[in-house]
Amino acid sequence: MTNSTKLGLVMTSLALSIGASSVHAAELEITITNATKGIYFTPLVVAAHNADIHMFKTGEAASAELEAMAEGGDISGLSSLLGNAGATVVENPASGILNPGIATTFTIDSGNFEYLSLSAMLLPTNDGFVGLDSWKIPEEPGTYKNTLRSYDAGTEANDELAGSMPNPPFITFGSGGTGVETAVSNDKVHVHPGNLGDSDATGGISDLSNSDHRWLNPVATMTVVVK
Amino acid sequence: MKFRLLFIAASVGVLAGCPSDNNDEKTQSYRYDVQVSNLTANQPLSPLAVMAHNRNYQLFHVGQPSSVELEHLAEGGSNAELIALMDSDDNITHATSGNGLILPGQSDQVTITIDPKQSGYLSVASMLVNTNDAFVGETGLSLKNLSVGESYEMSMNVWDSGTELNDELAATIPGPAGGGEGFNAARNDTSDAVSFHAGIISQDDGLTQSALSANHRFLNPGAKLTITRVE
Repeated sequence: MTNSTKLGLVMTSLALSIGASSVHAAELEITITNATKGIYFTPLVVAAHNADIHMFKTGEAASAELEAMAEGGDISGLSSLLGNAGATVVENPASGILNPGIATTFTIDSGNFEYLSLSAMLLPTNDGFVGLDSWKIPEEPGTYKNTLRSYDAGTEANDELAGSMPNPPFITFGSGGTGVETAVSNDKVHVHPGNLGDSDATGGISDLSNSDHRWLNPVATMTVVVK
Repeated sequence: MKFRLLFIAASVGVLAGCPSDNNDEKTQSYRYDVQVSNLTANQPLSPLAVMAHNRNYQLFHVGQPSSVELEHLAEGGSNAELIALMDSDDNITHATSGNGLILPGQSDQVTITIDPKQSGYLSVASMLVNTNDAFVGETGLSLKNLSVGESYEMSMNVWDSGTELNDELAATIPGPAGGGEGFNAARNDTSDAVSFHAGIISQDDGLTQSALSANHRFLNPGAKLTITRVE
């Protein structure tokens, strides 16, 4: 990572000054809603940062830290990586799993960082995550609405077998699947094609359900209030 | 109660909100063309519900149960209940119906006239009729920033109203692929909450009970919405 200026948590009165076009220290109130029907989000990692930093980039290989998030829901590595590079990081604002249909609201002081990124693993998936890469933080105060799509980290074959995924108690897995994929088809971060699943709980090719564990993009809504 | 899907538009006058004869200076009239284009492969869209309202009304909230009026639209393609809300909900100042079914590849347009001081927001909804309870819908779209002649275009994602189980049975799909029941007051989905739709499975993808085929599947966006201020 390149060197970056860290303003940290210094709150300045410039946030509300008029005409300060190039300096836009701002407090952001962010609401993320899990808008899927039956997919769970592991703890979110959210960062405000400059143009030199990326949490992930489509078409590029995932970092080991992104892989840990996408395959196991562990955000500690990503959080350290981003924090050490100078980003302002918010970890786990929902205090655990964000269930389908549930929203979490939190604030982040973006200082004079221009970009916002976030991610969280999708359960049940092999290496799927909801993500936002370098959204330009608006300079004008107001309420901004977006949708967020799912990505595949490209680090693990989507075999959709229970033994290849975290097994939290709130997800019912099938068994005896033969496996959907045996190899990674695209080893760069890419748009997730969704789970396939099947209707055979004790066999078939997947241990996931084709009715409960599918989704279409997008998977979340995001509302950002720039104060 | 059971209702079959009606393939006719509710007879709501499109011009009901036009300016009256007397020139009351306090009443402003802004007129908007609202167009929806069906981008799906084989999902006719039910007649549009187009509503103008203030900030206190929302057509739906993600993660929350649907209103019964939205359930009528999402399960049965009926927009009459949503449109009738303007008579009972003071937050809704104008509501109008589309001109009929919007077939794949086609579009429909309605005109709505509002007083921007009363209602600066628009909501639009329409059912994907070859589903249990899928709809395209947007709510709380601000009209305030459009100047005369300007347009706003956006993609419409497909939502699941959360009011009916997605069993894909012919008996529960009101569109031509099923010919079954539309609205049913029972809420038997896995969770009674609006979410992005997870897509249909279809018989071709292994759901043997499904009345739907591969060409009834959809990806987002399901439709395109264009709002043009014309006055």
